[in-house]
Amino acid sequence: MSKIRVLVGTRKGAFILSSDGARKRWKVSGPHFAGWEIYHMKGSPVDPDRIYASQTSGWFGQIIQRSDDGGKSWNTPGSSPEELKSPDGMPKGESNKFVYDTSPETGKPLTTHQWYDGTQHPWEFKRVWHLEPSLDDPDHIYAGVEDAALFESNDGGKTWNELAGLRGSDTGPKWQPGAGGMCLHTILLDPSDPKRISIAISAAGTFRTDDGGRRWKPINHGLHSQFLPDPAAEVGHCVHRIAMHPSQPNTLFMQKHWDVMRSDNAGDSWHEVSGNLPTDFGFPIDVHAHEPETIYVVPIKSDSEHYPLKGRLRVYRSRTGGNEWEALTKGLPQRNYYVNVLRDAMSVDSLEPCGVYFGTTGGQVYASADSGDSWKPIVRDLPAVLSVEVQTLK
Amino acid sequence: MIRVILPPHLRTLARVDGEVEMDVQTPVTQRAVLDALEARFPMLRGTIRDHMTQLRRPMVRFFACGEDLSHEPVDAPLPEAIAKGAEPFLIIGAIAGG
Repeated sequence: MSKIRVLVGTRKGAFILSSDGARKRWKVSGPHFAGWEIYHMKGSPVDPDRIYASQTSGWFGQIIQRSDDGGKSWNTPGSSPEELKSPDGMPKGESNKFVYDTSPETGKPLTTHQWYDGTQHPWEFKRVWHLEPSLDDPDHIYAGVEDAALFESNDGGKTWNELAGLRGSDTGPKWQPGAGGMCLHTILLDPSDPKRISIAISAAGTFRTDDGGRRWKPINHGLHSQFLPDPAAEVGHCVHRIAMHPSQPNTLFMQKHWDVMRSDNAGDSWHEVSGNLPTDFGFPIDVHAHEPETIYVVPIKSDSEHYPLKGRLRVYRSRTGGNEWEALTKGLPQRNYYVNVLRDAMSVDSLEPCGVYFGTTGGQVYASADSGDSWKPIVRDLPAVLSVEVQTLK
Repeated sequence: MIRVILPPHLRTLARVDGEVEMDVQTPVTQRAVLDALEARFPMLRGTIRDHMTQLRRPMVRFFACGEDLSHEPVDAPLPEAIAKGAEPFLIIGAIAGG
C-alpha cells in the first residue's frame, strides 16, 4: 500500500508527518534541527529516501543536511568520518559553502544589484530558500538562494557551484529585493527537456534557460505590476510562485504579488487568469497531480494585510486552468483566522484522489484527501510553517 | 589541552556533549583555536566565521576569562589560562531574536 510522507519546514525546526495511503492517521516526527529555521526540505524523485534540507540561522548561517534513510538520520554532506580530511590534509565540510562565481570563464562577473534606495549593492549570500533535486540523479540537486542566484551540486550536496549565467544576465543590476529579501524561491525542471529550467525571483521575475543553465532570459512578457514605474518592465516583478504539471511542461501557472497568471508557451508570454477570485494576492500556487488544468491558490487580503479575507481560510480551486474559481471551505476555519500561507507551503500527493496539503504561519498543516473538497488539520500548533513538500511512497 | 565551549546549536551540529578538548598549536590564538575546531568538526565551517573572509559572523562572540575577546586581533595570543586549559574559550550566540 502506498504511504505519504509530508516534509514540513518551520521557523524552529523540521517535522516529518507520515501516513498510510488512507491519509487518516498521521504520525508526527520532530522537531528535527530544533531551533533552526528550515526553509525547505525535498526528496529525490528517483530515491525518495534521499532528502535534502536547508537549515539556516541568523547566528550561524547556512547548513545543508541530507538524509539517506527517509529522514530517520541526517548528516552534513562531506563531513562524515571518512570524509573529514581532503588528501592534502585540509578540513572539508564544504557542503555549507555557497560562493558567488565571479570568474570571467563561467559568467560575467557581477557584483551589485539594485538596493532599496535605488543604489547598487553587493551580492551577499544569506540562505538557501529552495532545494530542487534533479529528476534522474539523487546526487544532482539545485539550490535557489538569497541574494538571488542558482547553485548546483553534483555530489549529493558536498560541494556547490553557481550557475552564474543567470546572475550575470544583462538584467542583474535591475533586480531588487522584495520585503522578504531578494530570493530565488522556485525551480521548475522540465521533465521533457533536461536542459530547460525555469526559476522565479522576488522581486526580479521569472527566467528560463534552454541550455542547461549557461544562458538565461527573462520570461515576464505579459506581467503587469502597478508598483513599477513601467508596469510592463522586462524585470522587477514580484513573482511569488510558479507551478507546472509534468505532463504539460509548456503550461506554467503563476501567483504574482497581485494577479494569478498563466503561460502556454513555457513563459514566453503570460495572461491573467485571476477571474472571479475575491482577491488575487497570494503566495502559493499548485497543480492537481492528475488534472493538469486543476490548480489551487490561497487568496490573501492584500500586500499589506497578509491574512485571508474576513478571517476565513479558503483555498480556491479552478478546474479550468484559471478564470473560474470555486471556494473550498469544508473543514477550514471560517472565522477569526488570520494566518498566512507562504509560497513554498503547498504541495500535492499523487494518490487517487489527489491529496492537497498546505501549512500556515499559525503552525497548522491542513490536508485534503479528496482534491480539496474537504480538509482537516493533520497537525496543529507547530512553529510557523515555511514549506511543505509531499512524497508519495510506493 | 584547550577547552572550547560551543553554543548549544553548534554542539548539536557537531554532535558533541559538553566541552570540546583539543590540542592546539602554539601560539594559542583565536585563529589557531578555530582552525583546530573546524579541522576536527568540518560541519562547523562557515558557522562561526565566514567561509571566504574568515571573519567572525556578526552574531557570534568569543568570551574567555570574563572578557569579551570578540574584537581582539585573530592572531593575538589568548590569555595563558586558555592556553593551559585552566579556563574555557567560549563561543557565544548573541542574545537576540525570537
